[in-house]
Amino acid sequence: MTADYKKPLPEITAESRPFWDGCRRHEFLVQRCGDCGAFQHYPRGVCARCWGRTLEWRRSAGRGRIYTFTVTHRTQARGFKDETPYALAWVELEEGVQVLGNVVGCDPARIAIDMPVRVTFEDVTPEVSLPRFEPA
Amino acid sequence: MNALIAGVHEFPDRKTARSALEIQALSARAALADAGLTPRDVDGYFTVAGSGGTGPLPIVDYLNLTPRYVDGTSVGGASFVVHAHHAAAAISQGRCRVALITYGSTARSAGVPVGTRERIAGDYLDQFEGIYGTSTVGLYGLVAQRHMHEYGTTGAQLAQIAVACRRHAGLNPAALYRDPITVEDVLRSPMISSPLHLLDCCVITDGGGAVVLVHPDMARDLPKPGVRILGASEAVAHTAAGRRDYLVSAAAQTAPRAFGEAGISHGDLDLAMVYDSFTITVLVTLEDLGFCKKGEGGRFVEGGRIELGGDLPINTDGGGLSSNHPGMRGIFLIIEAVRQLRGECGERQIENCRLALVHGTGGALGSRHSGATLVLGRA
Repeated sequence: MTADYKKPLPEITAESRPFWDGCRRHEFLVQRCGDCGAFQHYPRGVCARCWGRTLEWRRSAGRGRIYTFTVTHRTQARGFKDETPYALAWVELEEGVQVLGNVVGCDPARIAIDMPVRVTFEDVTPEVSLPRFEPA
Repeated sequence: MNALIAGVHEFPDRKTARSALEIQALSARAALADAGLTPRDVDGYFTVAGSGGTGPLPIVDYLNLTPRYVDGTSVGGASFVVHAHHAAAAISQGRCRVALITYGSTARSAGVPVGTRERIAGDYLDQFEGIYGTSTVGLYGLVAQRHMHEYGTTGAQLAQIAVACRRHAGLNPAALYRDPITVEDVLRSPMISSPLHLLDCCVITDGGGAVVLVHPDMARDLPKPGVRILGASEAVAHTAAGRRDYLVSAAAQTAPRAFGEAGISHGDLDLAMVYDSFTITVLVTLEDLGFCKKGEGGRFVEGGRIELGGDLPINTDGGGLSSNHPGMRGIFLIIEAVRQLRGECGERQIENCRLALVHGTGGALGSRHSGATLVLGRA
């Protein structure tokens, strides 16, 4: 656990609290609409497909593939400047939804589109665990 | 659309000690003079929200104006193209007669790392996107990487766009960078967020400008021929609940509507001013505007087609890649198109330029962005 995490942290709201509580338990939650059955990410107060309100939280297996990625070599982003190169990717989960996040646990030069990945969690503060993706 | 562009001005300096408000005031003054109008004639005002979030209020106050129509639509760099669409609609409906659009920014003097800072907007979405070292360059890099994967687009093809804009900048005395560059120069420049190199990215400048739109019944009194807005359309493309094809931009929505309204086809155009925050922005936009099929953008930009003398010259001022990008660039797309249609472009003038397309992109292609298209014609 990093006591002095220098990067931006999520500003958790009542709306997003279940998602981040899930991350704290190392579970990646996606919403599923009880009305139309659609999965969605990021979580929100209505179903993005039908605007229904009967949203359920489902635990995702956290498995997917890299839809696209970028390896950043130069940045002014807080906390990331001294950790280049680092990888950012849109990951397409098996549930069919895309999730943006960092890819860790491998040389960024090895990352490729369609590479299978799985979610992992980093406990960055006593309150916050962030989802990451690593090669599956 | 029943409106004419009557006056334009691009603030000439790329670094200045003046404030963003003063840049706008000087630009507005010059654009009104260009239109043969006075501040008293202005009854519609359009600009983006500044840091206070109150849109046109500070600049309307600074200029001591009394508009009856105000619009602070802020959708990133495309905003001013959207403003022109809205202003033309308002004029068409008689809601105002003389609309002023302004922009001013001191991004260069203030040392704002526009493309490489973390992209945190202060809203709900930051916690799912902005906290991962997510920069604007990175979000466009995501799209470029996918385009290369799906269609075999190369870094050298993207570089052709930067080379074309630099060649045009060499013909524009006001451009920030004017020395020619090669494809090799682009590919050898430092990697910022793969696959985008430094020279795939727009410059950071101070600057601004102004555009004046009027009702066509004022045409006879204008000192210069007005430029007609023949078609206009805007759209938003976003994360789509997590099911987005990031290779299709908002231009795919706006182009059919704007071309249809104008009643023109692609071959009729003499110029395309295409937002060039990054080289990939141009490549994807050209495809979605319909100049070539999806995936063929890489081949389309080769062989000088997009340079002066080619089939479709783009960004004749040097673009955001080499001339001017103070954080938002949409207003300059309109200004350069008008200058070309009036025949005021000197060494970089397109011979007998009659019909021009403007397409602005704001926000990030790799998450959510706005797109706005104008078709402009010589009156």
